[in-house]
Amino acid sequence: MTRYVLGRLVSLILSLAVASVVIFSVVEIVPGDPAAYMLGINARPDTLQALRVELGLDAPVQERYVAWVAGMVQGDFGISYTYRTPIAAMIADRVWVSLPLALYALTLSVLIAFPAGVFAASRRGRLGDLGVMGSTQIGVAIPNFWFAMILVMIFAIKLRWFPAGGFAGWDKGLFAGLKSLTLPAFALALPQAAILTRVMRSSLLDMLGEDFIRTARAKGLSRRQALWRHALRNALIPVLTIIGLQFSFLLAGGIVIEQVFFLPGLGRMIFQAISARDLVVVESVVMLLVFLVIMVNFVVDLAYGAVDPRLRTAR
Amino acid sequence: MKYSRSLIIGAILTLFFLGAAAVSFVWTPFDITLLDIPAKLQPPSLAHWMGTDQLGRDILSMVMMGARTSIAVAFLAVGIGMGLGIPLGLLAAARHGSWLDEVIMRGNDLVFAFPSLVIAILITAVFGPSAVNAIIAIGIFNIPVFARLSRAGALSIWSRDFILAARVSGKSSARISVEHILPNIGNLMIVQGTIQFSLGILAEAALSYIGLGAQPPTASWGRMLADAQTLAAIAPHVALVPGLVIVFMVLGLNLLGDGLRDLLDPRVRVVRA
Amino acid sequence: MTLLAIENLSLQIGTLPILHDISLTVNAGEIVAITGESGSGKSMTALAVMGLCPDGIQTTGRIVLDGTDILTTPEPALCALRGNEIGMVFQEPMTALNPVLPIGTQVAETIRIHQSVPKAEALRRAAAMLERVGLPPDRFPLNRYPHQLSGGQRQRVVIAMAIALRPKLLIADEPTTALDVTTQAHILTLLQGLAQEFGMGLLMISHDLAVVADVADRIVVMQQGRVVESGPTMAVLRDQTHPYTRALFAASSHQVNLPAPPAPAPLLRVQNVSRSYAQPRRSLFGPRGQTLAVRDVSFTLNHGERLGLVGESGCGKSTLTRAILGLEPVQAGEITLNGAPVWTDRHANLTVRRQMQVVFQDPYSSFNPRHRVDRLITEPFHLLDTPPQGAERWAKIASALADVGLHPSDAHKYIHQFSGGQRQRIAIARALINDPALIVFDEAVSALDVSVRAQVLDLLADLCRKRPLAYLFISHDLAVVRSITDRVLVMQAGQIVELGPTAQVFDAPSHPYTRTLLAASPKLPDFSDRSLTHAP
Repeated sequence: MTRYVLGRLVSLILSLAVASVVIFSVVEIVPGDPAAYMLGINARPDTLQALRVELGLDAPVQERYVAWVAGMVQGDFGISYTYRTPIAAMIADRVWVSLPLALYALTLSVLIAFPAGVFAASRRGRLGDLGVMGSTQIGVAIPNFWFAMILVMIFAIKLRWFPAGGFAGWDKGLFAGLKSLTLPAFALALPQAAILTRVMRSSLLDMLGEDFIRTARAKGLSRRQALWRHALRNALIPVLTIIGLQFSFLLAGGIVIEQVFFLPGLGRMIFQAISARDLVVVESVVMLLVFLVIMVNFVVDLAYGAVDPRLRTAR
Repeated sequence: MKYSRSLIIGAILTLFFLGAAAVSFVWTPFDITLLDIPAKLQPPSLAHWMGTDQLGRDILSMVMMGARTSIAVAFLAVGIGMGLGIPLGLLAAARHGSWLDEVIMRGNDLVFAFPSLVIAILITAVFGPSAVNAIIAIGIFNIPVFARLSRAGALSIWSRDFILAARVSGKSSARISVEHILPNIGNLMIVQGTIQFSLGILAEAALSYIGLGAQPPTASWGRMLADAQTLAAIAPHVALVPGLVIVFMVLGLNLLGDGLRDLLDPRVRVVRA
Repeated sequence: MTLLAIENLSLQIGTLPILHDISLTVNAGEIVAITGESGSGKSMTALAVMGLCPDGIQTTGRIVLDGTDILTTPEPALCALRGNEIGMVFQEPMTALNPVLPIGTQVAETIRIHQSVPKAEALRRAAAMLERVGLPPDRFPLNRYPHQLSGGQRQRVVIAMAIALRPKLLIADEPTTALDVTTQAHILTLLQGLAQEFGMGLLMISHDLAVVADVADRIVVMQQGRVVESGPTMAVLRDQTHPYTRALFAASSHQVNLPAPPAPAPLLRVQNVSRSYAQPRRSLFGPRGQTLAVRDVSFTLNHGERLGLVGESGCGKSTLTRAILGLEPVQAGEITLNGAPVWTDRHANLTVRRQMQVVFQDPYSSFNPRHRVDRLITEPFHLLDTPPQGAERWAKIASALADVGLHPSDAHKYIHQFSGGQRQRIAIARALINDPALIVFDEAVSALDVSVRAQVLDLLADLCRKRPLAYLFISHDLAVVRSITDRVLVMQAGQIVELGPTAQVFDAPSHPYTRTLLAASPKLPDFSDRSLTHAP
């Protein structure tokens, strides 16, 4: 097991290193002179020079990269050019909207998909299965931001159960915070839950066709017992992969959903930064998102090890 | 051969939208560059089957023009994904276990850490928003999808005896990949292509919704929804129509993909025979 | 005392009849074997007794186990019977166990599902049962996972699960087909011992007449869903009253008539060949260990000679084959064909390779399903500098197909239009089309039913009479190797332990391993006084 974890850890660090090089190259090398790009064509030479100094652009590329990475490791993401505040502080505020939103949506997706997938698989070909599969077919096809608009029209404007937008803040209590994230989380989660349900069902059905299920039935387990005790845990292996992928979709999808609900999260921050051409902010937030995705994949890899003994024990 | 219901429904829906996009090149009910402010936000009527938007443009015409954008972006993005991903996957499978395989697969994992939206943000931040950038962003994300799938499919073919027979007949791995592997994973790629096409439609809509996709005056479903957001309370059709159009297009493609899989998957056919 | 009585069982899936009016009985403590070729319905009969037939079948007749009719028993009551009164062992031990659960838990589950005993107690009984089937807990702790065990060991776990509650009836569906001969012998002895010790009825399904003859008290011969003959084993095999039994017996002990080989002149020379593979790393940066798959192997195959190669799985047969075919380099030694090396300078030597061809085991994966037969069998033309074109090509195709007993018009068909035996003929046609000096048969008849196998072996002998054909015949089946080769190599753990004329090696083996192999492989009883084995 230690060897497995160590191996994954090395791969995690390598991924982070390569990802940071890619992001740094796209943002700081491809545009040529980032300062000129940020200020636009009408910039005065002295402001341009000042920005160059501020960004440390006079140093060689390798040094700038090392300084950038070293800063991030210590929690220093630089200073936003437009807001004149440390980016770390801006991120710290906003990550407490975006991350809970993604986790809330992931929880919903799993809570919906697991029972639905198991239900459909255990009633294969019957009415319940057809109903679930029909719904997922539509769920997969719905754009989450449009679904969000529909939810607002129904639950915020018509029924007034939830706020149409904005974030109450965690200082108003857990419930108030969760309440303002509920519609966004549902909008994010339902299409993903539809995908996860389909994966869960087909993975379970694959497992139910395996020889060891027949062995279990020969021992005297009923269909239901064989499904719960033997098929489910094996079926989780592909499902875990999808859950890992979904987290990255949810983080990214959150950027869009934050637009619909006017949530002060990383998505809003990044769009304001794009329109203000604040490259330093874009660079940092993208790196943070990629970091989160890679971390989640690491956790998923560890979960594999827990579920599948073939990975953790050598032959 | 019996065609499944999902194949027929999916094919009809897909052909319908492809047809609408094709017709829009020669004819649309109204000219969408002409604004008719007095006729704004009209509900669906005989003249305007899907109503008009906040600038009095005919929504049906907008939808037809938008279909062009959606289909073009998704199609080209799938093309990028297939064109680069399948050769990479075949190469990785042919050199299974080598450092090259390892590099290709690690590279794939890395791209998966950049959701297409994040790639789009990076590209837009540096080059500005455009439909081409949307195509590149979605296309880059498609590459590892096809690379992984074609590698997995190719590996299962490589383990078959007829590949050994081909090697005994002196064929190189490149030739085997083209002659024996590719035809046998072609179906798999077509099915996945339909699925990625539908995901491309969704991604394009999301990107144009947040302003990172096609720019005005190019019509696009995502931007129609962005424009409609503040009007949803007073004129619901403005928000409902483009959304439903996306749902039906994606639904059609997914049903087509499912139907094709049932039709083309040799495992299923063996059971039916 | 009759334990199981199947009375006039008929079974169909939709409109497709599978079983027809099957009747048989198993007594307590008795071993009854159902035998027959593929498609005879033997496995479906076993599943019907378990009440585990696929959905959507219709049955008539009765399956009475100890007074209970399985066919009319509701599912919950059947669950209570399975594992408790009837146990079952399956063919494929590699996939029969849940990969994510330890073996102790899986055996204990049989106990816990039927009896309310504490977990520790169930595990203790599981340990005792595993010990009984030859997996003592000190060497095979209960927390082992299936992937840490070999095929034979896994099959023992499956048996322990099936007999944990000492059922009255044990059904074993081809329990040793996926195993090596020596493992097979151990498992068969174990099953016989258990039936005797527990007074358990054993219903065994096997396609292998020799296994059945070795083990069963009574046999039931099935053909296309019908019972054609049944009775005490020795009587059925000796009298062979039904023509199908006779045909099956003849095919199982089929001897072919090989022409005498020409005077020895070396064709293939394998000299001091070794090949090893890197093992996965044990620690992150530690050195990689090496597995020596083939060590210091030397032999010569003469022109027109039929050489056999026998050994169990993992003995290095496949590695050696790949090296001979020039698919992989060797680390030491040299392989030459007519004096020219098969592997030169990081590449297979194509001039040498065009003189070699191969026929594989699995007739279903040996062909690209998307190509027609003409394209399939002409693939070796790729090795020629000037491949035949047009009429010349078609003439070659027609003659190759005719050589293997197929019709030239078959060239336009796809491979799925042929049966397993026909596919192996097409594989031989592909091997013959370049008129190679040497053909490697890699378990080429192992996947075929006995009657089809006999025909393919006759075809080989025929070909040997028509042209100077030299081949290396690799097989785990000693009986087949004995009849189809002039000399034989015995391989164990990467080394050749014995080499000599086939008859001599089989009749007077000199190496202990050869003796073990021969003793372990089941043999049909010899009724030579009735001289019904074969026509010349």
